[in-house]
Amino acid sequence: MTRIVVGPFNRVEGDLEVSLDVEAGRIQSAQVNSPLFRGFEQIMVGRAPLDALAIVPRICGICSVAQSAAAASALAEAMGVVPTVNGKISRNLICATENLADHLTHFYLFFMPDFARPAYADRSWHGAVSKRFTAVRGDAAAEVLPARAGFLRLMGFLAGRWPHTLAIQPGGSTRAITVGERIRLLALLREFRGFLEKRLFGDSLAAVAQLASKDQLLAWADGRPGDFSAFLHAASDLGLDKLGCAYDAFLSYGAYDLFPAGTWQAGQAATFDPVAIDEDTTSAWLAAGQPRHPAQGETIVDANKPDAYTWCKAPRYAGQPYEVGALARQVVAGHPLARDLVQREGASVMARVVARLLELALVLPAMEGWVNALQPGEPFCAHGEMPDDATGTGLVEAARGSLGHWLSIKRGHIERYQIIAPTTWNFSPRDASNQPGPLEQALVGLPAGEGAPPTVQHVVRSFDPCMVCTVH
Amino acid sequence: MKVLWLQSGGCGGCTQSMLCSEPRSLFDELRDAGIEFLWHPALSVESGEEALAILEDCAEGRLAFDALCIEGAMLRGPNGTGKFHLMAGSGRPLTEWVARLARHAKWVFAIGSCTAYGGFSANTPGNPLEACGLQFDEQTPGGLLGAGFQSAAALPVINIAGCPTHPGWVVDTLEKAALEGLRPEDLDEYGRPLLYAGELVHHGCARNEFYEFKASAMKQSDLGCLMENLGCKGTQAHADCNLRPWNGSGSCLRGGFACIACTEPGFESPGHAFQETPKLAGIPIGLPTDMPKAWFVALAALSKSATPKRVRNNAVEDHPVVMPAVRKKGGSK
Repeated sequence: MTRIVVGPFNRVEGDLEVSLDVEAGRIQSAQVNSPLFRGFEQIMVGRAPLDALAIVPRICGICSVAQSAAAASALAEAMGVVPTVNGKISRNLICATENLADHLTHFYLFFMPDFARPAYADRSWHGAVSKRFTAVRGDAAAEVLPARAGFLRLMGFLAGRWPHTLAIQPGGSTRAITVGERIRLLALLREFRGFLEKRLFGDSLAAVAQLASKDQLLAWADGRPGDFSAFLHAASDLGLDKLGCAYDAFLSYGAYDLFPAGTWQAGQAATFDPVAIDEDTTSAWLAAGQPRHPAQGETIVDANKPDAYTWCKAPRYAGQPYEVGALARQVVAGHPLARDLVQREGASVMARVVARLLELALVLPAMEGWVNALQPGEPFCAHGEMPDDATGTGLVEAARGSLGHWLSIKRGHIERYQIIAPTTWNFSPRDASNQPGPLEQALVGLPAGEGAPPTVQHVVRSFDPCMVCTVH
Repeated sequence: MKVLWLQSGGCGGCTQSMLCSEPRSLFDELRDAGIEFLWHPALSVESGEEALAILEDCAEGRLAFDALCIEGAMLRGPNGTGKFHLMAGSGRPLTEWVARLARHAKWVFAIGSCTAYGGFSANTPGNPLEACGLQFDEQTPGGLLGAGFQSAAALPVINIAGCPTHPGWVVDTLEKAALEGLRPEDLDEYGRPLLYAGELVHHGCARNEFYEFKASAMKQSDLGCLMENLGCKGTQAHADCNLRPWNGSGSCLRGGFACIACTEPGFESPGHAFQETPKLAGIPIGLPTDMPKAWFVALAALSKSATPKRVRNNAVEDHPVVMPAVRKKGGSK
């Protein structure tokens, strides 16, 4: 058995290291290390409660809005405030804009460039894929960056700016949209729809949203121009529809009143109960102890703890590791294509990428509906008083999965603030029962070592990890 | 100009922001200015050993590069070990990599306020992360590289401060360096490029009429001036946010929330709640820095007494409720 340490993993958000025990060219076991600790949970302690709105976006530059929305929800619960209708729509729009931009960035800038690697020079598709997706120089980037920037112009109107907005408030949004701006928002959405339909899908969003099985998907893609088809072709050729499966246990907190909360495991859907979450610190450079529910959680550094190998805690649901992300969201929501992919071959690399692109096709039309539902002139923000003592929970879906904030307020100040980010779920280390986290499990059995294809790279990136969030 | 980019104790938001550069694709824009990434953790193809080989060659002076861009705070803890951020695959603290690389760089750029001054990571009570900036520790010169550090171009660290940075601040500064070079007089006393830090956030603020008449917002989402009650530091913050829009047309003020002065050292700990203005005897403390306080108070009282009904009423609503009057033809004689 040889141990290989892989890192730095680039084209993920933040710093990531993976240790692989390899025998006969196959991975026997994997350890995932988040080598960066930033201590945000401590920064909040002692601050004025609403200060969380200014601090938490800085946890993550790629899902800063999701962090804001989770904090605003937790604060709203503490205050007993209910967002206005406009405020809620606005928040959905802001979160959806970030999530969809994230899916786009991940596909084009982080994931696809691996197919342009010289290791695949003998594949029939390599020439075309290299021309389009080579990192920085490929011709897709020249189209995608303006499309992304154009789409994120929605944030200029809705949130002032992105990343790091303070517009999202417990009662809604600080930014009321005018009659004229509503028209502009629709125009921006149409422009982005045009890019997706022309370059990514080569078909209407409605046609993509209706694909209901893997067979339908592959038949649809056959011979079709567009970047999605190019991905499906390469991924099928490399067998990425069968690689990268973890536990096939999925969790979603539910998003935008469009996708419900729930869990899904072994073909069974179940309701989600937030009480069943706890975090284990066995393998983290943090003080040991019994697993705790995040409302009672602690983050105490123990940098020289023996046998620990990461800064990341191990969140568990009813004691089990769960996978979160776009695939989990769509499996829980019951989308037939996501369910079919998982039931046939498990949560493969292909299934995870398909679910992200599927969300582009599902959510953009919903955003058009939300913009139409905005009522200029009606209030965008409800107001309330912050009690001196209170608790609150904010559960949202970031692009890469379930994000939770748990806070308690005592004598007018934040007493405790705990966060579980999506990548904390997916890239968690072993817990007290020695159960590997989802990525650790997904890497077992893959080829690795001298001369191995970049399969590990595909599997890691299929989770769209955000390492700065992981340990916040 | 070859750029080597590393990330440490930050959120990656400055890179994400930079990718929003408009109107052209960032990569095309930089390429046309002769700027290329030798390696960038979020964008380049090389991972693992390939990436470490590039960094090692640069750190040993075997591979030439021009600009070192660092994003995120320098984490020196615990107890000076740098273990809070070991560069993946290398087992070595990122602070060590940065110090080795900085010796060979023509220019060193701190991308964002974390890198410039230490940021939120330096703000945990007691700073257990031992976080600092490249050449500042909050307001104090020093930081990882030391107060006297000069890069090969005989310049201190160039602090493209902001949380996050505006894409234009980064792109324009890199292009200025590539095309014309940078001189000490291009920077202010915190090492910030004057091409964006020579303005105040207040300049071009869309709420200026409310400011003139001290017609103040009372609660979040109101249209009025955010300085008197809601913590806005736009009159003191060095940046051109309201002249150079964000994401097409936005800014914090246009978004309806206060400027928290994210380009200034120490902004993370204002000593008061971010969205509240501290007051003494009803008068905000922290008034515009270049205006005598007595004059400000006198003028504010005068302008408040002259506030038009339209401005006064609209200031406390989230949309205009009184429209500007239309002068009737011939009616004003």
